[in-house]
Amino acid sequence: MASPAATGAALTIRDLGMVYRRGESAVEALAGLDLDIADREFVAIVGPSGCGKSTLLKLVTGLRPATSGAIMLYGRPVSGPRSDVGIVFQTPVLFPWRTVLDNVLLPADVLKLPRAEYTAKAKALLELVGLGGFENNYPQELSGGMQQRAAIARALVHDAPLLLMDEPFGALDAMTREQMNLELQRIWAASRKTVLFITHSIAEAVFLADRIVVMSARPGRIIDVIANPMPRLRSMDDTLAPEFARMVHHIRGLLGGTQTAAAL
Amino acid sequence: MSARLRSAGLPLATFVAFIALWEAVIRVLEVPPYLVPAPSAVASAFVNGFAEANYLGHAAITAFQAVAGFVAGSLLGLAIGTMVVVFPTAERIVYPYVVALQTVPKVAVAPLIIVWFGFGIESKIVIVALVSLFPVLVNVIAGLKAVDQDRLDLMSALSASRWQILRYLRLPNALPFIFAGLNTAIVFSVIGAIVGEFVGANKGIGFLILQANFSLDIAAAFALFVVLSIMGVTLHATLQWAQRRIVFWARAEEHFRS
Repeated sequence: MASPAATGAALTIRDLGMVYRRGESAVEALAGLDLDIADREFVAIVGPSGCGKSTLLKLVTGLRPATSGAIMLYGRPVSGPRSDVGIVFQTPVLFPWRTVLDNVLLPADVLKLPRAEYTAKAKALLELVGLGGFENNYPQELSGGMQQRAAIARALVHDAPLLLMDEPFGALDAMTREQMNLELQRIWAASRKTVLFITHSIAEAVFLADRIVVMSARPGRIIDVIANPMPRLRSMDDTLAPEFARMVHHIRGLLGGTQTAAAL
Repeated sequence: MSARLRSAGLPLATFVAFIALWEAVIRVLEVPPYLVPAPSAVASAFVNGFAEANYLGHAAITAFQAVAGFVAGSLLGLAIGTMVVVFPTAERIVYPYVVALQTVPKVAVAPLIIVWFGFGIESKIVIVALVSLFPVLVNVIAGLKAVDQDRLDLMSALSASRWQILRYLRLPNALPFIFAGLNTAIVFSVIGAIVGEFVGANKGIGFLILQANFSLDIAAAFALFVVLSIMGVTLHATLQWAQRRIVFWARAEEHFRS
């Protein structure tokens, strides 16, 4: 994968800090964070729970203001929610009163985009995520994995170039999760998005990402950034390759074995 | 099928046994009919009432008052509740009055409303509207506020306006709550109509009950209770039917969130 400088940065984070204050006490969630993500790059962030991964994502979405530092998205500073970002949360967050198709069309409705045009697009996206034929079902009729696929289609529908994913497969069982990782890689390759993917699974991060950002426990800082040179598209067999094991081993060492034994 | 028959059979058998016991006790102990009438007397009063005393016409008037007042009160509750949630300032200004109004028993206000709006159906509709307003209002406010942070984040991330959040998220999200309020209000609405008729009316089931009591025609009063029960059950069942169609997701909600 090309370096950030070669293709132009999609996301630039400089000296980002976040302090949560509650009354007298203050908790430093993030400190002095610098990160550049190139256009069409897939970057995963791993770290122990409470390392500020989700805080970082909330700041990038513009849902919360940072205490210090700057975030630039496609050359413009992030000062609030932006429509050039698609978000996939930890849970699917689908509306049970809307059909799967209407859920995917929610961004189009809110952003007042032409419905006819986007209905065709939403149907194509549902095909892409493997939910063709489920347009008129309600989310509660789908399994957890299928609901999360619908959520991915929703994040893609309004053509946002950056996809933010906050532990999207954390609630799924191991088999479904593996399946979703393969699907996500395929969807990423087909849609040519820039992805910032947060996870607490080292193997998931190594499998999916071009670069893996390793964060320390509170206050969250970047310990290391590891480039994954393995060619695309990767298969589950690649997870057995020596270099895959080497990267996983290296990251686990950075994080300290005890904390991550459960995460993998 | 047999299971279904059995499940309907037991309550039915209990009902028949209860009526038979009631009839027997009245006859054996010779309870005077001006205290407690026998079921047979109630049944004949019921039939006579519809044949000769225009129960149907009176029931229609009471039902109309109840439904019209229910609709007016519910719409008002929906409007005030929405306003209060969308404009938090309005909550601080309006809500104390609403609570103050609620603490006054509507029965106490009913005579005044008869004075203001007359003996006709208008005064009954106003009383019913007042009675139905509060349960709907409270539930509208609770429902509009009971939104998951994740869902709000999703809407905020799309830069949704306050009105878009209301339309696409808060209102549909509040529907199960609103129906809980409506279910309470529909029961209150029949009570409100009867109270209004007790205080001052020349038509309606409440008016007939007062007449029957004055002439110690207790069998007729019981027959009118039956008419009221049928009315209440019908209104409640209609609302339940609408609820199942409109809030079709509510039962699956818990499962869905897990």
